[in-house]
Amino acid sequence: MSKDGFIIEAQGIHKTYRMGAAQVQVLKGADIAVKKGEFVAIVGASGSGKSTLLHILGALDRPDKGVVWFEGRDLNGLRGNELNEYRNKMIGFVFQFYHLLDELNVLENVILPAMVPAGIIGWLSKRAGVKKRGLELLKAVGLEERATHKPYQLSGGERQRAAIARALVNEPRLLLADEPTGNLDSATGNGILELLERLNCAGQTIVMVTHDERVAKRAGRTITLADGRVK
Amino acid sequence: MYKLILAFRYLYRRRISFLALAAVALCVFIVVVVMTVMDGLVGDFKRKNHNYTGDCVVGTESLVGFTYYEDFARIAEKADYVEAVTPVIKSYALVGTEGSGRNTGVELMGVDAASFGRVTGFGRTLYYHKGDTSKAFNIKSDANLPGFVIGADLWGGRNEKGEYYYVPNPDATVLSVTCFPLTVKGALAKAGTDVVNTKTFYFSDSSQSGLARVDGAIIYLSFEEAQILCGMTEPVPRASWIHIKFKQGTNIEEGCRQVRQMWAKFYDEHKGKDNAELLSHVTVRSWKEHRRESIAGMEKEQAMLMMMFGLVGLTTVFIVYVVFYMIISHKTKDIGILKSIGASCGDVIVLFLGFAAGLGVIGSAVGVAGGILFLRNINRIEGWLFERFGFQLWDRTIYAIGEIPHRLDLTMLLVVTGCAILACLAGAVLPSVSAARARPADVLQVSQL
Repeated sequence: MSKDGFIIEAQGIHKTYRMGAAQVQVLKGADIAVKKGEFVAIVGASGSGKSTLLHILGALDRPDKGVVWFEGRDLNGLRGNELNEYRNKMIGFVFQFYHLLDELNVLENVILPAMVPAGIIGWLSKRAGVKKRGLELLKAVGLEERATHKPYQLSGGERQRAAIARALVNEPRLLLADEPTGNLDSATGNGILELLERLNCAGQTIVMVTHDERVAKRAGRTITLADGRVK
Repeated sequence: MYKLILAFRYLYRRRISFLALAAVALCVFIVVVVMTVMDGLVGDFKRKNHNYTGDCVVGTESLVGFTYYEDFARIAEKADYVEAVTPVIKSYALVGTEGSGRNTGVELMGVDAASFGRVTGFGRTLYYHKGDTSKAFNIKSDANLPGFVIGADLWGGRNEKGEYYYVPNPDATVLSVTCFPLTVKGALAKAGTDVVNTKTFYFSDSSQSGLARVDGAIIYLSFEEAQILCGMTEPVPRASWIHIKFKQGTNIEEGCRQVRQMWAKFYDEHKGKDNAELLSHVTVRSWKEHRRESIAGMEKEQAMLMMMFGLVGLTTVFIVYVVFYMIISHKTKDIGILKSIGASCGDVIVLFLGFAAGLGVIGSAVGVAGGILFLRNINRIEGWLFERFGFQLWDRTIYAIGEIPHRLDLTMLLVVTGCAILACLAGAVLPSVSAARARPADVLQVSQL
């Protein structure tokens, strides 16, 4: 944790994408700071750089300029394996399109992040514990009956709940959600938001990207991105 | 662990994986079948060529032959690594059936039946005197008549199964054999009107060596008769070759090296003697070198085949590359997901290489199993095709091949399997590396579109 109590803090983030010959400057010095236990929504128009900022916070992308501190540690200073460990242990990602692996069943998808750092022997020794946790998470998100189903056998809301369970399996310090209700009808989306609220009440820090003001209002704090900067 | 699970699931849940698997299996099947048949043919051909000669051959291609062969044979026989030695006359002759007036050119081999049988596999090639080589030139009706042994293809025909026609008691067929006797200088020995030697011989046996060029071109006479017909008794006795058989366990190349040393010493000791100039043309060769002309063509074909299989291997690599390129381009989302939950570049490479190795192992196992099954039944299949459609891989009335070789070589199977797995890995390396280098943010955003 940084001295100011921020779990994650980004300062002066710049990011430019090359699209053919043209260069698109998405972020132009965005700053953001999130305290432990907060539920923050990042809102902004389409193309304002919300998802890009979220990817940078989750170390899925690197900024061209600017610094991201996670619990006081500069992410720019992390090397390959440290970044992998950061994504695996510290961050839980929830995507708009769920991004579950079609070849695995729901339980396997949920426990996948716990399998990633384990070798065969390591996995065999902790398999039972991880499976138990996976089933507990599925129960918590109301999918205990769907553990052996394949993702394509689930509805959109169920898939998103499975994706949230996956994001939580390694007990990450920070949950990053990119338009988690963007692909769902309002009733199902509401269920997901209620789930996120419950998680936040239990102490989970959440940063959520949305373009929907009504969804953003469910968060404890809203940050608006416009023209590549935080307003 | 998840890499193993995912690699396995990719393998049996993706239809395109089955196509790649079928391609690998088919390539392995073809290589195993053709290599086994070709290896069998080449091995059989080499064995037959070795049976036709001794382990080492000392002599000259000149029809004049070389002198002092008896002295060298005596010395060679005493060497502790030598099992047996036999001199051979090699020349050409015209043969004709009495009264027909027609002549055919043949190769003439003058051999001492007993010792030639000890040095070579001659005894096994005979039909009527199989295993009793010393009597190869004996005529049943009259032991005093000079006999000849004739190449099986010169003598009679074969049925469609490749079996020669033999009768229990062959007629005492008579052949007149005509040779041009040569002096030590290579001139006709009987310059003038009577330039040839002709003698009548009686059929005693036929020889089937399995070598078309031998069985279709050679008649064997006793060494003494051939020596006289070729004029190689005067002024000093001459022979064309000395065939040497080494004792069991002797390395042929090493044995030949020692015979070369022995010959060099012999040559030095004899070079001043009468007609010793013929010794300068003498060479010492292993059976392989001696039969080089015959074997080389087959070996070249085998080398060509290996090259073609190299291309088949490259095709496999390319097929696997294309399949992996397609699979990976369909799996970019998975790569992004895996990276977003902490999988490293190495993990992604290992995942796809594991997939490729699985493809190689299963594909080659299927190919090898199919190959074994096919080879075990290849002769039955060919028989059925012949009965049903009249198709034969080799026309047995022409080619000296009995059944299609189908003996499997474990080393070859292991090498082919190993190569197939390596080919799969080679084909998967580039797509795997490019997948591993993909940035998660890019691939996840692309898959969202």
